[in-house]
Amino acid sequence: MSESMVRVEGLKKYFSTARGLLHAVDDVTMDIEKGHTVGIVGESGCGKSTLGRTIIHLLDKTDGKIFLEGEDVSDVKGKDLKRVREQMQIIFQDPYSSIDPKKSIRDTVKEPLKVSGRYSKSEIEEKTDMLMDLVGIDERLKYAYPHELDGGRRQRVGIARALALDPKFVVCDEPVSALDVSIQAQVLNLLKKLQMDRDLTYMFVTHDMSVVKHISDEICVMYLGQVVEKCPSKELFKMPLHPYTKALLSAIPSIDIDHPNKREILRGELTSPINPKPGCRFAARCKFATEKCLEPQEQQEVSPGHFVRCCRVEELG
Amino acid sequence: MDNTAENKEFLSVKNLKVEYFSGKTVVHAVNGVDLKMYKGKTLGLVGETGAGKTTIAKSILRILPDVGARIVEGEIKLDGKDLLSLKEHDMRKIRGNEISMIFQDPMTALNPVQRVGEQISEAVKLHSDLSKEQCEERAKEMLKMVGITEDRYYEYPHQFSGGMKQRIVIAIALACNPQVLLADEPTTALDVTIQAQVLELVGELQKKFNTAMLLITHDLGVVATVCDEVAIIYAGRIVEYGTKEQIFHHPSHPYTLGLFGAIPDMADDDIWLHPIEGLPPDPTKEIVGCAFAPRCKYATEACLKGEIPALTTEDGHISHCINMKSVLSKEGK
Repeated sequence: MSESMVRVEGLKKYFSTARGLLHAVDDVTMDIEKGHTVGIVGESGCGKSTLGRTIIHLLDKTDGKIFLEGEDVSDVKGKDLKRVREQMQIIFQDPYSSIDPKKSIRDTVKEPLKVSGRYSKSEIEEKTDMLMDLVGIDERLKYAYPHELDGGRRQRVGIARALALDPKFVVCDEPVSALDVSIQAQVLNLLKKLQMDRDLTYMFVTHDMSVVKHISDEICVMYLGQVVEKCPSKELFKMPLHPYTKALLSAIPSIDIDHPNKREILRGELTSPINPKPGCRFAARCKFATEKCLEPQEQQEVSPGHFVRCCRVEELG
Repeated sequence: MDNTAENKEFLSVKNLKVEYFSGKTVVHAVNGVDLKMYKGKTLGLVGETGAGKTTIAKSILRILPDVGARIVEGEIKLDGKDLLSLKEHDMRKIRGNEISMIFQDPMTALNPVQRVGEQISEAVKLHSDLSKEQCEERAKEMLKMVGITEDRYYEYPHQFSGGMKQRIVIAIALACNPQVLLADEPTTALDVTIQAQVLELVGELQKKFNTAMLLITHDLGVVATVCDEVAIIYAGRIVEYGTKEQIFHHPSHPYTLGLFGAIPDMADDDIWLHPIEGLPPDPTKEIVGCAFAPRCKYATEACLKGEIPALTTEDGHISHCINMKSVLSKEGK
């Protein structure tokens, strides 16, 4: 068993809304191994981003535990919180709104180095140059402002900023979904290369199944705040077990025109994440739902490393 | 292609050129585009951000901004009628009636302070002599058709999920049984399971009403699922045009090949992707020769000179690449 980089146990994040508590992340338990990439997939609003943000302490958790390399960092404060945050960074979805339009991109990359207080002035300059070089921003653009750059280059700035303080764990929150495919491939290759060179651990949040298959070692499928299935990437595509995962995979439009996917069309509307009932949250759209599904569902390990949250998984095969 | 006499194109765009301008800067958004749409068939228009896809659709409907945009040249014909020479008054009768558009973002396409049912019946009222009650009846029918119960007629857009809002936008677009549907990234803002629902719905309705559809997208998976013909657009120019089978089995323009290469392959475990290096050209500059040449690994000197002629195969597969033969032999196809 290799070492765990991040482990969360029973993590919960609720938001209070006018209509009650919104269960954005509800009882998530998972391990992320060192040097691995865990892909988080699911529909918009299922809590993917909230999960990532709660783990890196951008949001305060409601309940549960978070471990970083075995150390319990669930309730760190002050100096410890700063140290933990330096080790866990995030690359945001929208490169158009996540970098300061009034700062030159060099200043944006430099900022975390300054704030950390670890480096002297000359070290900061040197390190900034190294970072810009690392993510492939041309020398001539060093002092450019965000509006002068295209989306792909802006995302490179976001990546340089996230890596400035040599984090161990990076949450990539839909880092390529705002980019065109030809540029998307450039950024995905860069992320992969950086991971190999710097031994990074990624949590890769996305709704694009082909991207997640490409980049992940393991995949977590989320549905309304809960992980419904988690297993190695290849296994998920070969042998999905949860009815939601099956529907999700069948809905991906295939580019193979000779063998189109047999789309499984889901009927029924989404369950509200506000004050949800205790049972399976997918039950309202699930064609296999029975009365048993209205009781709380436990996450079970059906084969080594393959977790499913569905009471009928055995009988459905 | 289906070019038999009885299967004449229903809507055609010929040599369309559109520019945007502000001050002295001119953006050459669309540069001589030809498209043909047939009844009951779907034409996919595929390209990246800024390639001019939405501008083409807006030109067909003539809803480009009055200030700052102009159609420089070209001809758009609907069943023989020249749309560009119609008076605004007559054009208004066509919009939403004969030609409808599904806009990309359902969050902004709906009026947030009007009940959704009224937004549908409004479209019907505008283009028919039906009474208020009949319009309402029709709107409820449309809601049912897109899978929303009619008791939600009186609700407001914020009470619906993203997928349902998009279905309401579709209901508005289809309320008058349009003969031509322009769908601008109708599923881009949606999740895959909802996307599957919406694509299925649009497909059913298209079959029922024999609608000619233009599907604008950058998702080749969606194209493979629903389109009959495909036009690949780059920097405001069609670079390749053919049936779905021609484009997917025998892509012949280096840009099309690049697009296919850049998508992560679901069937392949290669750890590196193959991006198209470089960036699209600056649309404010006039381009001589092939617009893709600066990013193309097969480019020769001849690519940078003069007009690039369209090469058409016997079965109607069009490619704007003068090196097509050598590209195909190098790609091993």
